[in-house]
Amino acid sequence: MIAETGHYALVLALGLALIQSIVPLIGARLRDPALMNVARSTALAQLVFCGASFVALVVLHVTSDFSVANVYENSHSMKPLIYKITGVWGNHEGSMLLWVSILSLFGGLVAAFGNNLPLSLRAHVLSVQAWVASAFYLFILITSNPFLRLANPPIEGRDLNPVLQDVGLAVHPPMLYLGYVGFSISFSFAIAALIEGRIDAAWARWVRPWTLMAWIFLTLGIAMGSYWAYYELGWGGWWFWDPVENASLMPWLAGTALLHSALVMEKRNALKVWTILLSILTFSLSLLGTFLVRSGVLTSVHAFATDPTRGVFILLILCVFIGGSLSLYAARASSLKQGGLFAPISREGSLVLNNLFLTTACATVLVGTLYPLGLEVLTGEKISVGAPFFNLTFGPLFVPLLIAVPFGPMLAWKRGDLLGAAQRLLAAGIGALLVLALVWAWAHGGSALAPPAIALAVFVILGSLTDLVERFGLFRVPFATALRRARGLPRSVWGTAFAHAGLGIALIGIVCETTWNSEYIGTMKPDDVARVAGYELKLDDLFQRQGPNYREMIAQFDVSRDGRAVSTMTPSKRSFTTRGASTTEAALLTRGASQLYVSLGDATAEGAIAVRIYHKPFVLLIWWGPVLMAFGGVLSLSDRRLRVGAPKPARIQPHLQAAE
Amino acid sequence: MTLWFVFALMTVAAIFAVLWPLGRAGSAARPRQGSEAVVYKDQLAEIERDLAAGLIAAPEAEAARVEIGRRLLAAAGNEAAPADRSSLNWRRAAAVLALVGLPLAAIGLYVPLGSPGMPDAPLALRSRAPDMAQSLENMVAQVEQHLERNPTDGRGWTVLAPVLQRLGRYDDAVRAYRNALAYGGETAERRSDLGEALSAAAGGVVTADAKAEFERARALNADEPKANYFLGLAAEQDGRKDDAAAIWRALLAKAPADAPWRPLLQTSLARVGGSAAPVVSDDSIAAAKDMSEGDRGAMIRAMVERLASRLKQNGDDVDGWLRLVRAYLVMGERDKAKGALGDARGAVANDAERLRQLNEGLKNLGLDG
Repeated sequence: MIAETGHYALVLALGLALIQSIVPLIGARLRDPALMNVARSTALAQLVFCGASFVALVVLHVTSDFSVANVYENSHSMKPLIYKITGVWGNHEGSMLLWVSILSLFGGLVAAFGNNLPLSLRAHVLSVQAWVASAFYLFILITSNPFLRLANPPIEGRDLNPVLQDVGLAVHPPMLYLGYVGFSISFSFAIAALIEGRIDAAWARWVRPWTLMAWIFLTLGIAMGSYWAYYELGWGGWWFWDPVENASLMPWLAGTALLHSALVMEKRNALKVWTILLSILTFSLSLLGTFLVRSGVLTSVHAFATDPTRGVFILLILCVFIGGSLSLYAARASSLKQGGLFAPISREGSLVLNNLFLTTACATVLVGTLYPLGLEVLTGEKISVGAPFFNLTFGPLFVPLLIAVPFGPMLAWKRGDLLGAAQRLLAAGIGALLVLALVWAWAHGGSALAPPAIALAVFVILGSLTDLVERFGLFRVPFATALRRARGLPRSVWGTAFAHAGLGIALIGIVCETTWNSEYIGTMKPDDVARVAGYELKLDDLFQRQGPNYREMIAQFDVSRDGRAVSTMTPSKRSFTTRGASTTEAALLTRGASQLYVSLGDATAEGAIAVRIYHKPFVLLIWWGPVLMAFGGVLSLSDRRLRVGAPKPARIQPHLQAAE
Repeated sequence: MTLWFVFALMTVAAIFAVLWPLGRAGSAARPRQGSEAVVYKDQLAEIERDLAAGLIAAPEAEAARVEIGRRLLAAAGNEAAPADRSSLNWRRAAAVLALVGLPLAAIGLYVPLGSPGMPDAPLALRSRAPDMAQSLENMVAQVEQHLERNPTDGRGWTVLAPVLQRLGRYDDAVRAYRNALAYGGETAERRSDLGEALSAAAGGVVTADAKAEFERARALNADEPKANYFLGLAAEQDGRKDDAAAIWRALLAKAPADAPWRPLLQTSLARVGGSAAPVVSDDSIAAAKDMSEGDRGAMIRAMVERLASRLKQNGDDVDGWLRLVRAYLVMGERDKAKGALGDARGAVANDAERLRQLNEGLKNLGLDG
């Protein structure tokens, strides 16, 4: 009964979404409030039904109801409870259900908290949400239905892909989807604005927090996915420029650009048309990501199943939504009222610069991802576009962007003073040069580009600190006054500083890890000792152990440094009988921000085992950076003030500035 | 039926979600809704607050106020939007869409996709299912799961192995017997069971591996019947019929009187032409042990005659017929055997099932057709 109820709830959600996508539109055209309000109640009911459907699938997985094909194919009665739950979205059908559930959640949130939106805008936004939802409900029901039953239920399931049996699965996909799907809100707002033919201030006021929220989740989702790949795949790599990773990076880049341009729009009423385009592009890239990952065009851990009908269906959705929205944009954008003006050197101008770099970077990633696919389709030739391409294109685009990052917050709205900003950043620049000299003096080996890159990262961090210091007036006013000002400073300013500093911190981690990473690869017998980066790892013991649904071989290493015991590390190799697959569980030893990483290879007949040991200096900074960025985002989101960008008056009054 | 009731309730709830705002908006006063002017007024208030908090300087606040004031004026000019109207016909159409379209679409989509007749089958409930065949499989699955977690449970493997063997899962049975040997200790029985599973997995051929196991079993216990039987079978399959007969005869001699495998052994012996006295019941043989060769022959002949006359009166006993045919064959009286065969066929001709049994038995005797 649970299975069929869940199935029917999903069908009803589709029915409601269809009504929600038509009736409010007609209502908005006729200006009939009752018809427009249908959007709100149907969005809420759709949330209830879709949520019920998702809960039903979770219950089926938890109770191991193998009469449901999806449960049989992806679950196992012996799996720990947490993996039974996370296994719900560890497969194609379930993850699509999670996708629409989050979509309906966002629709419900707009419906519930959208009272301060103009009625017609809300009706349009919810209608557009419902179009997207209808398409995906249909996709799920027709091509990837998680509620299909098996006439003769088997007694045991086929188990979840062992690589996915990890806590990462509990965090990474929901976060990523909250990010992807969160951008559907700004998309819906953009389409609604195009349909209505006007963007008002209420529009901008709404879009920024929603975009920010989606961006926070996407940032955390990508960081989490990267860390998961780092410790689970056993190669110690954290970013492979894999098309699937690029698929999540592209919406992030576009979303970051959107975040900044939405800010300009809310504060200064400028960049309206551009923001609309970015909203459309960001969500289109999210859809493209879903398509690339779900259609089976790319084979990876994420491609749970390959089925051509699914690919064609998603491609159809993709074409309709991206093509449709861009055509609408082309037709209606010119009729939108242009916003405020600003000088090229101003806060707005710097944000435009940021947008240019981010979208160009996004475009290079797009080319690098799609070109091999297109080439393979057209000529059958397989090429792989990997790290060298992206390092050569993405890197040079990000360097000027990073140099510009500290300048942005220093410039005033409407008309800025580049020289003044440069003077204030002098300290940060000197600090960066000092670091450059120090790193150059100390570092041995590695790329000559590494010290300048670290100096750049330090410049970004110091630059964002400088912004804060300038605002407190630290060193210029008594300390107590500065403290009081610091407390009174809006949280959004803190958020900006944290997010920008996070960028620099991640960059330090990336540069250190790639440049001064040391490794030991070889076969070891018990009592053998490996030496990596000053650490001595002695293989103490090799033994077997039985897990709940796997058997594992564990190697125990005693780690010591300069003769003093530091810790023990126990990497293992798990073999899962049901799927006949095995996974590598790397052991990580964290020392400050650096990590020792041990993963096992195959055992040889003589009782030796292949071992890979890496020492990764400052590797954790790679993920602390994004976490800091997300934290900055949360701070900014928690700041409920309206954002008003006070322009700098045309005539500069220096003594007033100083007296502040 | 409950299922359809739940579906109906859900459908009603969904319809209600559409109808509710349609019926309500007419009466309720229009709720406060955002407009441009409201946002700009909020922004003006925000500037005052920022100014008071010292976040922006007075000239900048003044500039911002001017800008926003300008926008507010423009927005107020635009505010003369067309007033709300209520279009009854469209509302009715929407209501009809919800009342008729929604249930029709839902049922129309659900019926081809769903399986409303199928109950849930969570694993916890299914384990208690009364179905016998199902429950044997369940039990096996449960024991296997238990052993997956506790692979050193020798007793578990010992229990599981024969069941797997009987289910025809010979490869698994081999693994189970090996584990039983490893964790439950080595015994002659387990060795020969493993050998049996190995030869079953090889389609009945006693392979070299299997033979090695039987030999190990015999090393542990020279009288282990299964090992001896299969070693005989191995000899027979190698074409060494005399060796086979010798092994089996020795085994038969040592066999307890009530051993259930005696008939099998006797059949096998008959097949390789060994001359154990197959017809006679074990008691008679025991009695005949002390007789002289001639007396024993007479006794056997007498018993065969008794069997033949009994079968003439009541021909339904297929086993009896087979025993008789075998006895004649063993005694070297092929003609009499053929005669008995003809009689047997005549006796059971009306009963297809018995005829089949008979033919099968004859095939085993090596007397085809």
